[in-house]
Amino acid sequence: MIEIDNVTKVYQMGDTEVRALNGATLKIDDGEWVAITGPSGSGKSTLMAILGCLDSPTNGTYKLDGIEVDQMRDDQLAAVRNQKIGFVFQQFNLLARTSALENVELPLLYSSMNHRREKAQAALAAVGLGDRLQHRPNELSGGQQQRVAIARALVTEPSILLADEPTGNLDSKTGAEIMGLFSELHRTRGITVIFVTHDPNTAAKAQRVIKISDGMVVA
Amino acid sequence: MRLNLRQNLRNAFRALLANKMRSGLTMLGIIIGVASVVALLAVGTGAQSAVNDQIQGLGANLITVMAGKQQSVGPNAGNTATTAILTLKDAEQLQGLKGVGIVAPQYRTTKDLTYQAEKASVSVTGAVPEYAKAHPDEVAKGRFISESDQKTRARVVVLGSQTATDLFGGVNPLGKSIKINGMPFQVIGVMKEQGSGGFGNRDEAAYVPLETAYARLAGTQALVGSDRIVSTIEVSAADENSIDTAVSQIEKTLRRSHKLKAGEDNDFSVTSQTDILSVTSSVTTILTVLLGSVAAISLLVGGIGVMNIMLVSVTERTKEIGLRKAVGARRRDILYQFLTETITLSVSGGIIGILIGWGIAALVNLTGVLTPRVSIESVVLAFGFSAAVGIFFGIYPANRAAGLRPIEALRYE
Repeated sequence: MIEIDNVTKVYQMGDTEVRALNGATLKIDDGEWVAITGPSGSGKSTLMAILGCLDSPTNGTYKLDGIEVDQMRDDQLAAVRNQKIGFVFQQFNLLARTSALENVELPLLYSSMNHRREKAQAALAAVGLGDRLQHRPNELSGGQQQRVAIARALVTEPSILLADEPTGNLDSKTGAEIMGLFSELHRTRGITVIFVTHDPNTAAKAQRVIKISDGMVVA
Repeated sequence: MRLNLRQNLRNAFRALLANKMRSGLTMLGIIIGVASVVALLAVGTGAQSAVNDQIQGLGANLITVMAGKQQSVGPNAGNTATTAILTLKDAEQLQGLKGVGIVAPQYRTTKDLTYQAEKASVSVTGAVPEYAKAHPDEVAKGRFISESDQKTRARVVVLGSQTATDLFGGVNPLGKSIKINGMPFQVIGVMKEQGSGGFGNRDEAAYVPLETAYARLAGTQALVGSDRIVSTIEVSAADENSIDTAVSQIEKTLRRSHKLKAGEDNDFSVTSQTDILSVTSSVTTILTVLLGSVAAISLLVGGIGVMNIMLVSVTERTKEIGLRKAVGARRRDILYQFLTETITLSVSGGIIGILIGWGIAALVNLTGVLTPRVSIESVVLAFGFSAAVGIFFGIYPANRAAGLRPIEALRYE
């Protein structure tokens, strides 16, 4: 369960203050399938970064499963990111010169879980890459790379999957496949899936669409 | 299971191998530093022990008494008061003192030695039979001066090895007759080769009985009333532990017989080999420290190179750091990752450097100038220093990496 209340985020850009979020309030229940849309510069990515505990709000509160994460120290946030949240980036952000398997294993290295290899293999199999374990990112297509990134997000079995424009760097056919994968994961595993998109057709596939404008939730 | 050391090391090796050229050049700084520390310290200790060996070769228990004030430094260095002399009586008084073993007075004079057409100008020492016991010099062929040679003032001579070669070439000199100052002397022995250590070349020498020297070579020069001058008195301490006792006993006795007042300086000098040893070893220690510090500076420069490269590496891999943090790496996980990398870099450099330093020491050994000694201490020192350089110069870049905020690091282009 995600609850953010009146969250603001202010960046200092030289002399000017940029209000990326300006009192955003939002509640997302467990197991929801949510799209966040809005024009560019509306604060979608900032909201995602805060939801993903990659950044902390300037003001306002953020409760994750009833715990106030905005008060947490860096190391506690690292543990939350590791255990509760899987994050998928537009740029994939895979480690170069590192096999798909080891990329997926990475979050497990920072957790206390055992059987890392088996878990990573299972996660890659779940995204349909069971036969590409030893391939490196530069030997994989864009769609395959994003699947590796999704496997990496899933490997610690988080309850929330966050995806910031996951299809932004993919062609429409591959993008549709990736969205199909998200939908399947949501259906079969009951994971909360929240993704950012500026494509109305993609957003339409979600159960709920949240619109952001000028740093506020408008619908 | 948390990220363990093995995993960290594997990551570190992978990251370093990803930039082979860069890692290699960075390591080169450490390699040169460590290799020079090991090699220079080895050469330093080698020189030190070579000097010590040479001085030990002069006889560790040997105490030398010479006339004149001891002035080893200052404008009057080497000058001796002309009035100060040592005599045979002085030597006799030293017999039987506490800590004193053998007393061997000597009278030295430079003479021309001739054998057929060959001629050599050498220092001829009038010596007593005990000389051979006080001194570590040994007879190679024939025998040394005997008690009866001494009594009969026999015209016999023992040659230093170099003198024997100069006069006789390959011919066996034993039994041959040579001329000293125009007088015939029979060669009864040849000394072993000593090598040129300490004072002058002890192989270019000749020994005759002390009485013979006074009677046939010195003439009136050596006479002081009824007494006779000696050049030096060599005394061997009873054993290693009584050197200091012997030295103070000798000084006390000679001061009394020379009628020196309290507060007056000695008009003679008493030098033990340990004195010389301590002076030269402090000189060689300074040399070793000097060589070591020059090497340490190059190791420091190597360390700065490591820091420079690690800072570049942190900047280059900002995105990777951001991603690692995004998937749950804590501050200290990143810190350890980068520290492992710098330590791996500097310790591998250290190991290679030690091997190369060892190789350089072995090469110096081949030249035969001296025998360098690679001590365990210098290896441990160099290794520890390179690891410390890794930690010291790695902390800052690693800390910088660890302190990055995940979202900023991820957005870094």
